[in-house]
Amino acid sequence: MGGYGDVKLLREDGLRLDGRKVDEMREVEIEAGILPAADGSAWVKHGLNVAVCAVYGPMEAHPRKIQRQDRAVIDVRYNMAPFSTSDRIRPGYNRRSREISKVTAEALESVVLVERFPRSKIRVEIEILAAEAGTRCVGITAAAVALADAGIPMRDMIVGVASGKIEDTVVLDLDKAEDNYGQADLPMGILPTTGEIAFLQMDGDLSVDEYNTCMEYNLKAAREIHELMVDALKRRYVEKNGGEA
Amino acid sequence: MGWRVARNGDKEMSGANEGAELRLVTPGEAIGASSGARAGTGTLIMGDKLIATRVGWAKENNGVTSVDPIHAAYMPRSGDLVIGVVESVRNNLWFADVNGPFNGLLPMSLAPWKVEFGAAREQMDIGDVMLARVQEVDEAHNIVLTMKGVGLRRLKEGIMSEISMNHISRLRGDADSTLRQLKEASDCRIIVAENGRVWVDGETDGIAFMRTVLDLVRNEGHMATFNASLEALIENRRNA
Repeated sequence: MGGYGDVKLLREDGLRLDGRKVDEMREVEIEAGILPAADGSAWVKHGLNVAVCAVYGPMEAHPRKIQRQDRAVIDVRYNMAPFSTSDRIRPGYNRRSREISKVTAEALESVVLVERFPRSKIRVEIEILAAEAGTRCVGITAAAVALADAGIPMRDMIVGVASGKIEDTVVLDLDKAEDNYGQADLPMGILPTTGEIAFLQMDGDLSVDEYNTCMEYNLKAAREIHELMVDALKRRYVEKNGGEA
Repeated sequence: MGWRVARNGDKEMSGANEGAELRLVTPGEAIGASSGARAGTGTLIMGDKLIATRVGWAKENNGVTSVDPIHAAYMPRSGDLVIGVVESVRNNLWFADVNGPFNGLLPMSLAPWKVEFGAAREQMDIGDVMLARVQEVDEAHNIVLTMKGVGLRRLKEGIMSEISMNHISRLRGDADSTLRQLKEASDCRIIVAENGRVWVDGETDGIAFMRTVLDLVRNEGHMATFNASLEALIENRRNA
């Protein structure tokens, strides 16, 4: 993430390579309840990223050693499909997916009312079908919608968004080229109603001012995505009610 | 946003909410001020606001604001009538799957038979179905079942089916009126347990009719048109 001096990521007219403005997000589409076999599920398309999430539970936590007497544990499995990137990924758990599963579980634990389900487990399966930078954020967004769809009590939704720095300019929602050749990346998990941060990672260097701009962009994007999440959840039932609610 | 405020009659509700206005809410959504309001199920007080914790219909009744979840897992409460499936047997107790996060435990002392130590399997083996009541649930979700009570027994014949928790009241109707109609139309014995399991026993064509009804509940139970579709189905059956 030191930056690659010869890669141009900003056009002369100030726009980015894909024509977006610096504070413009990729297109986002969200659908809730797409998997009949799961207790709750969601499909999120964010730019060229596609994530599907299934939630099962609450169920008895197995093996017994992972049980907590006072609360539920959230068992997240983040996985990238072998065909999700241009180079085939070896199927199965790896160091990266293990890390993302762990941080996602910790982010979700801060919104789910885990103390309501002692000794149980809530299983969250995130499958990335297509990847184009920012999959951990898309995974978090999908997990939040799927948890809400499963009827798991939560104190807020959680939205995954990222900002970063390319050519010394702060930009919202990095795409693949910007992520690979940019200078910094700041993915966050934001609670949209309160603006609290449940998850934050930073790759590269940002000054305080740049960080603040990233924060501002992320909060704005989180509110936009939150509206889509709410719409996806409500649309599911209103449409099924024959349009009459 | 593409969604509308739902009113009584559009959705299934108990008579206590007559005239109440329902609103579809999602987790984190503010549904009122915390001062003066009492937080009911599915809500939480956060600072000066009352927020929803589930996707469902927000309603206010006698000053208590609550959210009726659209989708929820079965959480056993003491006194619930449940249909359980035996999952494992020990010398003097049975563990039954009650469609919840934890298995229910039926000790020999609460079973209707006098069985010798080690002979529990002779009365009920793995895979057998029982009609039981939840005796107690502690804070760690340990569930104790009882089969001592009127009508509680091992279910030896008939079919068992599952419907989602929020459809139970649609199948029962106001004061069990729909259930009574179905019993009469199908000429079957029907038990709708609190854990979303339904047991039906009777003649083959009656059971076949009930299967159609249960499919309708599963597919259209949340729709405003459900009652009309069910009426049509019952009417067809009577005329057949």
